[in-house]
Amino acid sequence: MHEYSIIENVLSIVAETAAARSLSRVTTVTLRIGRLHQVSADIMRFAFTIASQDTVAHGAALSIEFVDITARCHDCGAQFVVGEHVYVCGACGGADIDILSGDELIVQSMEGET
Amino acid sequence: MEIKVMKNILGANQQRADNVRAMLRGHNTLMLNLIGSPGCGKTTLLEKTLERFKGRCNVAVIEGDVASDRDARRIQAHDVPVVLINTDGACHLESISIEKALAEFDLDAIDIVFVENVGNLVCPAEFDIGEYAKIAVSSVAEGDDKPEKYPLLFREAKAVVLNKTDLTGLCEFNRNTFMESLGRLNGRLPVLEVSCRNGTGLEGWFSWIEEALRIYTGSGPHIT
Repeated sequence: MHEYSIIENVLSIVAETAAARSLSRVTTVTLRIGRLHQVSADIMRFAFTIASQDTVAHGAALSIEFVDITARCHDCGAQFVVGEHVYVCGACGGADIDILSGDELIVQSMEGET
Repeated sequence: MEIKVMKNILGANQQRADNVRAMLRGHNTLMLNLIGSPGCGKTTLLEKTLERFKGRCNVAVIEGDVASDRDARRIQAHDVPVVLINTDGACHLESISIEKALAEFDLDAIDIVFVENVGNLVCPAEFDIGEYAKIAVSSVAEGDDKPEKYPLLFREAKAVVLNKTDLTGLCEFNRNTFMESLGRLNGRLPVLEVSCRNGTGLEGWFSWIEEALRIYTGSGPHIT
């Protein structure tokens, strides 16, 4: 259900940006979301449709790009993609890892008309 | 026309959480954020913790609940400062409500603030409230699959409290499965196995808190 909170924040960023660029209408909003976040794309779209009514983003398409979780092993330095939430180095079995990507929660870009 | 925005969606919450963290640092007050399912025993764990630290250091509590003051009244009975946040349906606490709640306390006189987040394994894990550490609270009665099903919380947490160990054998709970899935998710995570009901293992949890306070304050002058 936190998708609604996330969308409220998206819409306030969209409204600020639209005002700064003098857009009368927003047509597309693109988000970048790391797979560390437990976010459902369907609920995000539904929340966006509901919450964007009466805003500059009414009727806009919401596009979501998911980012894989990648990590680097502290012990052997190997870089790997974390699949299925296994945060263990595939090369040496080490569990001491640094997350390199997958934590993103970003409004990447938007399109609109002045 | 494409406009590059590149803004953190939860930036406003993050900014406020960073302010809260800096403010707590200034008062040398440790804040722990307890996150777990409804019914895993968060309030009971807090009550046991309050009993243990009574007279040893000054503790305050922020209770987050969707509705009712039931938990807040339980905490109040322990004679500690408590602020209740009713979220009116929201499934997690955000830093803005924590900032307001903390303003109710005399933080110079408080060593530890415990936050009991809304009972939920998903949403609270997403929101930084300015805490020193998130604590994942799980219980034997919920089954051994919680880390696998709710990975973000167990990635974010600095410790896990596994409660209701007195029910082992009565519930579908395989300890090895639980520990192995935690190992895959977060190999560095300490697991404190406790039974709030019969007291087993609680000393381990209390020691973890004391150690956290020692690290945070750089000395641990408050524990007597």
